[in-house]
Amino acid sequence: MSFLPSCTPEVCILTGYGLNCEQETQLAFTRAGARAHLHPINDVIATPTLLSDAQIFVIPGGFSYGDHTGAGNALACRLFDHLQEALRRFLTQDKLVLGICNGCQILIRLGLMTNGPSIKQNIAITTNTHGRYECRWVSLKTTSKSPWLAGQSLFYLPVAHGEGRFVVPDQTLAELHTRHQIALRYVAEDGTHAQGVFPANPNGSVDDIAGLTDQTGRVLALMPHPERAIYTHQRDDWPLRKALARRASKQLPQEADGMHLFKAAITYFS
Amino acid sequence: MTVFRIELVPVSASPLPFWAHLPRELPIRHVQAYTLTKALSPAQQRTIAERLCPALSHRSFIRYPQTSPDSDYLAAVGRFSWVLEIGFLPGVTDNTGQTARQMIEDHLATDFEGTQGVYTSDLFFLDAELSDSQAHAYLARCFNPLIQRGRAYRAEHYCAKSALAVPQVKLTHRIRIHRIDLPADDEGLLALSSQGIPDETGIPQGGLGLDLPAMKAIRAFFTERGLPPTDAELETLAQTWSEHCKHLIFSAHLDEIENGIYHRYIKRATQEIRAALGDDDFCVSVFHDNAGGIVFDRDWLICDKVETHNSPSALDPFGGAITGIVGVNRDCIGFGLGAKPVLNRYGFCLADPNDSSELYRQPGQKSPLPSAREIAQGVIAGVEAGGNQSGIPTNQGFIYVDPAYRGKPLVFAGTIGLLPRNIAGKPAHEKKARPGDLIVMVGGKVGKDGIHGATFSSQQLDHTSPAGAVQIGDPITQKKMSDALIKELRDQNLYTSITDNGAGGLSSSIGEMAREAGGALVHLDKVPLKYPGLQPWEIWISESQERMTLAVPPENKDALFKGLERHGVSGWVIGMFTDDGHLRARYQKQIVIDLPMDFLHDGVPQKKLTTAPLSIQTQPTPPLDQRDMREDWLAMMSRLNLRGREFIATRLDHEVQAGSVLKPLQGVGRVASHATITRPLLDNPRAIITSQGLFPRYSDLDAYGMAGSAIDAAIRHAIAAGGSLTSMALLDNFCWCSSEDPHRLAQLKQAARACYDYATAYQTPFISGKDSMFNDFSGFDKHSKPIKVSIPPTLLISCVAVLSDYRRAISLDAKIPGDYVYLLGETFDELGGSEYLALCEASGSQAPCPDPIALAGHYRAFTRASEAGLIASALGLDLGGLAACLARTAIAGQCGLCIDLNDFSALSDPVLFFSESAGRILCTVAPDDAPDFEAHLADTPIQRIGTVTQDPQLKIRTATQTLHLPLGELTTAYKTPTPHL
Repeated sequence: MSFLPSCTPEVCILTGYGLNCEQETQLAFTRAGARAHLHPINDVIATPTLLSDAQIFVIPGGFSYGDHTGAGNALACRLFDHLQEALRRFLTQDKLVLGICNGCQILIRLGLMTNGPSIKQNIAITTNTHGRYECRWVSLKTTSKSPWLAGQSLFYLPVAHGEGRFVVPDQTLAELHTRHQIALRYVAEDGTHAQGVFPANPNGSVDDIAGLTDQTGRVLALMPHPERAIYTHQRDDWPLRKALARRASKQLPQEADGMHLFKAAITYFS
Repeated sequence: MTVFRIELVPVSASPLPFWAHLPRELPIRHVQAYTLTKALSPAQQRTIAERLCPALSHRSFIRYPQTSPDSDYLAAVGRFSWVLEIGFLPGVTDNTGQTARQMIEDHLATDFEGTQGVYTSDLFFLDAELSDSQAHAYLARCFNPLIQRGRAYRAEHYCAKSALAVPQVKLTHRIRIHRIDLPADDEGLLALSSQGIPDETGIPQGGLGLDLPAMKAIRAFFTERGLPPTDAELETLAQTWSEHCKHLIFSAHLDEIENGIYHRYIKRATQEIRAALGDDDFCVSVFHDNAGGIVFDRDWLICDKVETHNSPSALDPFGGAITGIVGVNRDCIGFGLGAKPVLNRYGFCLADPNDSSELYRQPGQKSPLPSAREIAQGVIAGVEAGGNQSGIPTNQGFIYVDPAYRGKPLVFAGTIGLLPRNIAGKPAHEKKARPGDLIVMVGGKVGKDGIHGATFSSQQLDHTSPAGAVQIGDPITQKKMSDALIKELRDQNLYTSITDNGAGGLSSSIGEMAREAGGALVHLDKVPLKYPGLQPWEIWISESQERMTLAVPPENKDALFKGLERHGVSGWVIGMFTDDGHLRARYQKQIVIDLPMDFLHDGVPQKKLTTAPLSIQTQPTPPLDQRDMREDWLAMMSRLNLRGREFIATRLDHEVQAGSVLKPLQGVGRVASHATITRPLLDNPRAIITSQGLFPRYSDLDAYGMAGSAIDAAIRHAIAAGGSLTSMALLDNFCWCSSEDPHRLAQLKQAARACYDYATAYQTPFISGKDSMFNDFSGFDKHSKPIKVSIPPTLLISCVAVLSDYRRAISLDAKIPGDYVYLLGETFDELGGSEYLALCEASGSQAPCPDPIALAGHYRAFTRASEAGLIASALGLDLGGLAACLARTAIAGQCGLCIDLNDFSALSDPVLFFSESAGRILCTVAPDDAPDFEAHLADTPIQRIGTVTQDPQLKIRTATQTLHLPLGELTTAYKTPTPHL
């Protein structure tokens, strides 16, 4: 790997116990120019330097422990019991953390947006309002200054979850707004707020919240899957766009919106 | 025994789970309970409760037996007059309980031992004055007595005693190895086969399911050996010689076909196609492994397998379907040295979920079958849980509705896997256990799950016996095992062979692998158990899920176990492969099984069956000329078999692994597709096309045409999506009824002959299959009147094709106004068995019977045009004929279509619109591309029939009328909600 510049960040992607999006997440980081490593949870617990040697820590999507006892709950408890100190140190450094879907649920369960790591929560993610799993593409908007979201305000990404509805008590919600921690919100196709209405807001999340950051912006937890939107052909409207481009004798861009996020993270370290 | 219960009470009213069929207007609190049988300090109990309790929405309480609830608890649950409790029966997989147990073990750094456990249940607090019978009627709607226990408590009873039910398995029979004297008379042999081996109290333990010739062959063998068989030996033979494992009907000497229809029609088709393809043969491993394998590219193979899981799903729809999916995933993990599952598919043949008929397995309204709605909800939830939790995309599938599936639903589950062509310099699809290799069982432990799955009855179940026959899969245990094996240990070359434990459990997996080595010796006492007390024969044939069997050279044992541990996966050495030609098993010092391999695998006598000529019941088609075509068109689009599939497609994660190219819902109008495309390697342009074909309503008119139509549809849908006949393979799933009836056998023979004729005409080899021959329900209606409900003979054909470049994918939605609309193929008066005649409550006479030789030429021409990038959208015609296809194309693109069918004046409008003649594809083409497109298809029956319009309506002109169907009305009809799903 000697051809990579020395500032190339190392990424630690957690795997195992039902997490399942690690390979596509690794691909996205690799394409963005990082050195991305997959580490089974048990290896990281046994060797915490696998975490501390990295600049970026990622919990990818999946179904850790089958969502039993609540999405993300069991794995969050395991990380809390075995990696609390390593995580705390990681957060105090100028490093980045990303939780996607199940990873988002785990970061929220660990209280990383407010007081964490902690087992007591003041933000919850719970069952979608309509009570079903929902897999669809959604439009998102950000006004956050998070390094993860630099340089892009609109995103088109897929969600796939049964428990994606943020529940936040009023006072905490006001604080999240004040501290600019609301990273991504579901919007209608025209960019206006979804106002809780399905399907633009796919889960009934309060204030159309799709993702939060911590106060520094370096920790991002989001329910949509940027790693499933790194190529244009992955989009659900690709066949139509392909036809339109062909008629206009144009090339479609190869990359899709999710790629911005991974590139922004690499840029942060360059 | 220490018992306490953690109860999680919602702070405000929360929606009830879908399976709780309670009146929504009643005030009901749903409380989740975890009953623990482990001594913990009060502080530990609080910590555990806190960790199990969802933040902000619930409060946790701890309750002890024989202690009345305190006022705080009573305030939290609110006013109630009844409590309904639903939990699992002893021994039934409780995945949430397992997770809670692991959380506690992890947090407290202590293991649960012996009788210590965690058991979940659901409590419903009802605030309504109900009589005992009303409360029990509500209770009965909420649980399945085959896997669950339910109890109704009056408030005062609940508060006073609060006995905490603990569904522990208690097995009291002593362990014994029993030799059975085989009866000398035929009646005695048949009675033994149908009732099974008696236990030590004389109660038969479930049938062996063998016919008289097989029983006689067994008797002859053991008479010659001079030692009667053990229970385990008989059970092993029953498993190995079962219809399920040996496909006795497909292998039977049928009429003049001595070597059976499987060899004559299915296998021979593939052999001839492979020979004809020569250097272009893309088959790699067909029929003999857990799945069929074809070439993906120079470096990779893909394998495919489609299973049926009908009987279990009829009794426990959720458990049956989830086990179907995770089971077929294991077929993929057990293909070659282990393929990575990259795609799931499903298929359901069901009754209308609103069908309110009640069916019972016993008279007097006893042993009810699940309702049509419960079956539909359960199987969808099962496929959702199995696929989503395993991180495998579920892209392709269908739901087909007909009242004939009320007695026995069909549940199809398929998985496509990806495997390197070579691992450590050797072909990865080949495996061979060697003498001296250790037998290692990996994954979960063994319980009484799935013993005699097909033949059990509910009387065997009570609180002291575990629910044996019904399994519930545990996707996460399997996912960890799959990750460890496929993403790591396989490529370290640590094992020489691998097979999954499915039907027949260890008896089947070790029995198969012992053929590779030449024998095996198993120590059944070394097999880890979920609870003590299993008989050796039960350990041997248990179908407990999430297990694979490996052959591991002794020098690799440590490395293998170390790798498993890193992934939190368990493994156990339970024996060794040998080369002495015998399958042997011991329990401690006793010999339990000693069977020569050749008798075990080749000793089953071939069945001899004959067919009887069919008398086809044709009914004249009723007069259709007075029908209102506009009204019928809209009515068709809202039929369950044609309407939108958003309610299921959005519940199945089709985006995980990030390879989805053509999705289950296409276009801005989100129309269900007949074919989907997936790119399994994101740095490789190749992609996999999957599609399916199934037309059971044609069977009783023309079983040959039915099979031909299914093959044609599966292939044609893949062609429409951009595929090519040069790299397409097929899988067959025959689901038949009353398969010993000579008339049904005649239909089977015709359908199998069609498989040969069509596969060879298209040059699309069969690579794998699975049959299910007895899909009949015999029972009682609610008036205790005997009733038999049989499925129509059903053949599912699944197509898997390799697309050389994903950029060639063609979606079904009309895209750009001004594009031309073309119809490829000919339309005939073939309304027999059509969806339209079902709407008209008739069956008709002439079902479609395509000419595959001609159609193969049309498809090759179409592929040339699609490879040149000339096609903007394409969709194969299927149920509902041209009308449904035009509507779907328009709804998907949210464009209008202006269609002129004046040239088809020889056909009546109903035939023109709704005939399901095979071989047809509707496509749209940019005007600039039209000359090239037409040139490619010059030798085919292609016709330009109209244009895509901005005007949002379908305007259809025929020789007799002009129809105007506003797009909005069509879309509304198509998107008719499906209640309860």
